[in-house]
Amino acid sequence: MRRAPSLLAIWPPLVFGVVFLAVWETIVAVYDIKKFLLPAPTAIASAFADNLENVWEAVLVTGANALVGFVLGVLLGIAVSFVLMRFSVLNELTTPLAVAINAVPIVIIVPVLNNMYPAGSQVPRRVMVVLIVFFVVLVNVAKGLRQVSGTHMELMRSYAASPREILVKTRIPNAIPYLFTAMKIAAPLSVITAFVAEYFGGTQTGLGSAITSNASTSKNDVMWAYVLGACLLGLSFYVASIWLEKATTRQHRRNPAMT
Amino acid sequence: MTEHAVAINGASMVFNPGSVGQLEALRDIDLDIAAGDFVSLIGPSGCGKSTLLRLIANLLSPTAGDVLVNGKSAAQARVDQDYGMAFQQSGLFDWRSVRKNIELPLELKGWDKKRRAERSAEMLELVQLSEFGDHRPWELSGGMQQRIAIARALASHPPLLLMDEPFGALDEMTREHMQSELLRICAAADTTVVFVTHSIPEAVYLSNRVVVMSPRPGQITDVIDVDLGAARDDDTREDETFYKKITEVREALRGAELGDTARGVDDR
Amino acid sequence: MIRQAARRSALFVVALAAVAATWELYKVVGPETGGEVFGWAILPKSNDRVMPHTWEMIAEFFDPETRGTPLVWQAVLGYAWFTFRLAWFGLFVGTVVGVGLAILMARFRVVERGLLPYVIASQTVPLIALAPQIATIAGNWGLPRWAWVSILGAFLAFFPISIAMLKGLSSAPAASVELMDSYAASWWTTLVKLRLPASMGYLVPGMKLAATASVIGVIVSEISTGLAGGIGRATLQYAAKATSEPAQVYTALIGAGALGLLLYGFVVAMEFALMRNRPQEATG
Repeated sequence: MRRAPSLLAIWPPLVFGVVFLAVWETIVAVYDIKKFLLPAPTAIASAFADNLENVWEAVLVTGANALVGFVLGVLLGIAVSFVLMRFSVLNELTTPLAVAINAVPIVIIVPVLNNMYPAGSQVPRRVMVVLIVFFVVLVNVAKGLRQVSGTHMELMRSYAASPREILVKTRIPNAIPYLFTAMKIAAPLSVITAFVAEYFGGTQTGLGSAITSNASTSKNDVMWAYVLGACLLGLSFYVASIWLEKATTRQHRRNPAMT
Repeated sequence: MTEHAVAINGASMVFNPGSVGQLEALRDIDLDIAAGDFVSLIGPSGCGKSTLLRLIANLLSPTAGDVLVNGKSAAQARVDQDYGMAFQQSGLFDWRSVRKNIELPLELKGWDKKRRAERSAEMLELVQLSEFGDHRPWELSGGMQQRIAIARALASHPPLLLMDEPFGALDEMTREHMQSELLRICAAADTTVVFVTHSIPEAVYLSNRVVVMSPRPGQITDVIDVDLGAARDDDTREDETFYKKITEVREALRGAELGDTARGVDDR
Repeated sequence: MIRQAARRSALFVVALAAVAATWELYKVVGPETGGEVFGWAILPKSNDRVMPHTWEMIAEFFDPETRGTPLVWQAVLGYAWFTFRLAWFGLFVGTVVGVGLAILMARFRVVERGLLPYVIASQTVPLIALAPQIATIAGNWGLPRWAWVSILGAFLAFFPISIAMLKGLSSAPAASVELMDSYAASWWTTLVKLRLPASMGYLVPGMKLAATASVIGVIVSEISTGLAGGIGRATLQYAAKATSEPAQVYTALIGAGALGLLLYGFVVAMEFALMRNRPQEATG
């Protein structure tokens, strides 16, 4: 069993964090920086407390988009990776597509999606998240299904195992760590995507919209409250994905899919 | 007339025939292995010993000649799971417990849960790792993992055991210990063994016949009988006959190379 | 090598064609005004205003942007080039700062232990949320608007670069480090002669991530700061013209895609130049 990190181990980030906040607070006070320019940490904290309900509502909107997109993207990614494994020629087609999706600012198609759906719909943002999560999961799980060690394959062939037996007893268990790697990448990515998608138009609910509107009215401290909410949302998705991996795999060893 | 455990007649193996990368791995192999034999295949890199093992295992098909295992075609023997195989990497499944790893071939044969549990317990007992049944493979040392791999290979009590340098990744002391263990296990299970190795002392210690092979193209140059008796132990390693046989095999290997510099065969 | 690249490009074209074919297929079978599946409105509209035919998108490039102005392809090229330059500059600055921070973290373990958790955490939160704040500060310092936008690109690019570079600097095999020690080499010499070259293999994938991040950062900043002349603003403007010029927004999307690929291609070219004399490593 791993011990929780001791205080000795976590003091550097704590110290850096505290010092950073203290310096920030001091600079704002000493130079009398106005709130519309840069609010002090204490001002942000109080703005956060005052606007808790609104921030929470915005978190729910963006979070729901991220969650729905994440779940659907994972399910679709897994499903299609089986298809890819069965028809390996499709692999060659999807790889360049996956690389291109990663290379271009794909979020920019959101305005088009906004036109395709009724006004006020959150579906465009969810579609965006699904698209991004899907490719991450697809690439990783397909790799896990394909890249079984040579020794394992020879072993199964020496048993005259059928393709289905090989799939169930070897490929799928082999792919599970890859699935969790993909989920750990995709979970925070889904929050970021849901957030960024809000910048491209569509209904004005959610964290991104709230930040933009508060920024435009120079209510920077309130804006920061939403920024804090967005960070907490992203971190919670990340932590949840790590917890999910720990809870479902009884193995406490290094994930072979993570190099 | 008793059937040979393995009968190879005029087997040849050519990879990529007719293309630029054509490789004649084996030419005209004739070999008969009797039931209960322990046969080692030894030779420098490229002599085709691993290829020959895979012909017996029907993981490859010969381009000429035939391979009979247990009186049947090698293909049929594979379908019938008449042999167990062990590789240089233990090839245990990380996601299964040690016990479940041993049960893998039994699952594929359709055995029910109770029968599988009984047999895996028996095999754990045989390799003396009973307390580790519920551990995960990576929690075991290299030698222990190979013992489990052997237990798995023998789980269905096959008459034939095929081994491709299973001790190659182990250190010398563990290796010698594993060799003694292997002999004990095979004697208890009365198995025929075909064993590929790089190590002359290993081949001599384990086998009653050592098949010496030469490369380019892979051929059998010599078969040396080793009469060290059935009950071999650590004292055997200091026997005079042991050293004599090692010298005999070494010289056969040198002769096989016909002036080529020896590559890949250990004198350790 | 060339044959492999040609093959991959050909497959990419085939993949695009497959996407285009799916598009047209949906236009044929999909509901004109959108539809529902199990009560959820998740089927997009397939009418010609919202989903123009793929050939109409191509044709749109040769139309004037609005009555009597330059052709769309010229306009889009201008916007894309504008954004590209900002994104490129952002990537450059982000790389320099990121590498610098990584070296600092490698030199002083305390800095690494103190800062690395935050750098890693930065990858899990929407950094773009800080865009307005950074814009306000930059504006207060009197920097021109394009600089804020580029800074945001640099800001997004710098985090993945730090992580990748730190990993790369630590990747030198222990035996090689011991070798340098045996030569009584200083930490700086070891850095230059061993760790930096060893880290190139890690820097390149990091830069690929950073390139995309920089492009998105620049595009989103253009939109949120209202900077004119870039592809971000252009896309929104074109999208608003869906009734009059339905295919125009797609030209902007193609332009954005092209500029992303161009920056990515720049990193790939860099990879080729740096890694030419090394054994092929399997990239994940």
